[in-house]
Amino acid sequence: MDPQKYWRQIPARYRLEAYKCKNCGKVFFPKRLICDNCKSREFVKAEHSDKGKLLTYTVIRTGPADFQDQTPYVIGVVESENGARLTAQIADVEPENVAIGMKLRMAFRKINKTGDAGVIMYGYKAVPEFE
Amino acid sequence: MVGIVGYGADLPRNRVRVEEIAETWGTDAPAYKRGLGLEEKSVPSPDQDTVTMSVEAARRAIRRAGIDPQEIGALYVGSESHPYAVKPSGTIVAEAIGATPECHTADYEFACKAGSEGMFVASQLVASGAVKYAMAVGADTSQGAPADALEYSAAAGAAAFIFGKENILAELEETYAFMTDTPDFWRREHMFYPKHGGRFTGEPAYFKHLCGCTEGILKKANARPEDFKFVVFHQPNAKFPQRAAKMMGFSKEQIEQGLLVPKLGNTYSGSSPMGLSAVLDVAKEGDRILMVSYGSGAGSDGFIFTATKKLEEVQDKEVHTRFLLDYNKRYLTYGQYLNYRGKIIMNLAD
Ligand SMILES: [Zn+2]
Repeated sequence: MDPQKYWRQIPARYRLEAYKCKNCGKVFFPKRLICDNCKSREFVKAEHSDKGKLLTYTVIRTGPADFQDQTPYVIGVVESENGARLTAQIADVEPENVAIGMKLRMAFRKINKTGDAGVIMYGYKAVPEFE
Repeated sequence: MVGIVGYGADLPRNRVRVEEIAETWGTDAPAYKRGLGLEEKSVPSPDQDTVTMSVEAARRAIRRAGIDPQEIGALYVGSESHPYAVKPSGTIVAEAIGATPECHTADYEFACKAGSEGMFVASQLVASGAVKYAMAVGADTSQGAPADALEYSAAAGAAAFIFGKENILAELEETYAFMTDTPDFWRREHMFYPKHGGRFTGEPAYFKHLCGCTEGILKKANARPEDFKFVVFHQPNAKFPQRAAKMMGFSKEQIEQGLLVPKLGNTYSGSSPMGLSAVLDVAKEGDRILMVSYGSGAGSDGFIFTATKKLEEVQDKEVHTRFLLDYNKRYLTYGQYLNYRGKIIMNLAD
């Protein structure tokens, strides 16, 4: 990924900045132009909750080139406490211990890096919530 | 009055045991465990580095402080393992916690005392009135060369502190700095592993500066060893801080809570700051705390804090440092450890 594209995604990648429909209150992540619930085009910035639960997941055994060194790894759909859904890598848990419904929290992690000389891309991953 | 208004720590889940490293190199594990007082050390996952652990620790500090990160006017990250050679760690951390754009940032380097340097500057910026809040982070993912003595201890972790003037958790009573030019440990540009002066790292380096700083700050504050409930010294291994404590008249009980190194390893810039975070997790109103860092090169920063009532209210708002030390642990083989730390070239699956 080129640095400019990564840079544009920083608010979403670093701070999970979500947007709430001004009309009906539905929360979107990442940002959308039109609310799919009420067709409104007006949104306000909303804090994405950093806690949620796992809705569904898959284990990646053959990944894209940039992620191959991390296989096997888990990609899941996480529903946050405020209802927004997002797709994230599930880290700090072995694939065989991942379970639907497990409580997760969002952590700041390295997502990938552009070779040995390129930009390091940071963002969120979901990790097991403290018990 | 200036003090710590928020604090937090972070460390990875991976560990490698002293036995695992000793077996690989055919060295005597019991001798290393006795000699260094170490059992195991933390190892970062491939997706963790100084920046990611700094962000996690910083977020915990903000939640304990209950402040708006937009009011943090300065942020310093001290480390000897900044992910970039050129490009600050501080900008990434500040952006992730929502402190940009009205924030001054810089990366500090001074071997194992880069974190306490940040604490020194952050606290003084708040004291001067230049900024309302200032954050200092000490974090490292240190590397020791394979088979070197440092390989048994070089570990990963971070601690973050926010300084302010209101709702203080630990009042800063005194600061003191002590340093000379001493080449006990170094790493030249483009070199992967550091070099050290062997036995030279003890008396003229660690003990001279750490004890010099401790004696200096006690004199400046007109305090005696027995005035402190908790004492945190830089901990490159368990033996050095224990010996320094004994030499200067501090008890085992005073240093116990902040001595994380037997199960954590030496987290370099994170070392004494993480020890302080473990002390803040349990300190009670009125407890006096002495922290003295040490960085090769060489120097020490000293701080005297007094815990307030407010500290007891926020301790359980976030995970305790000693909880993290035991949580969700995974033990690595030496091969996994080499791979995680990028010490070997792996062939990728097709
Ligand atoms: Zn809507």
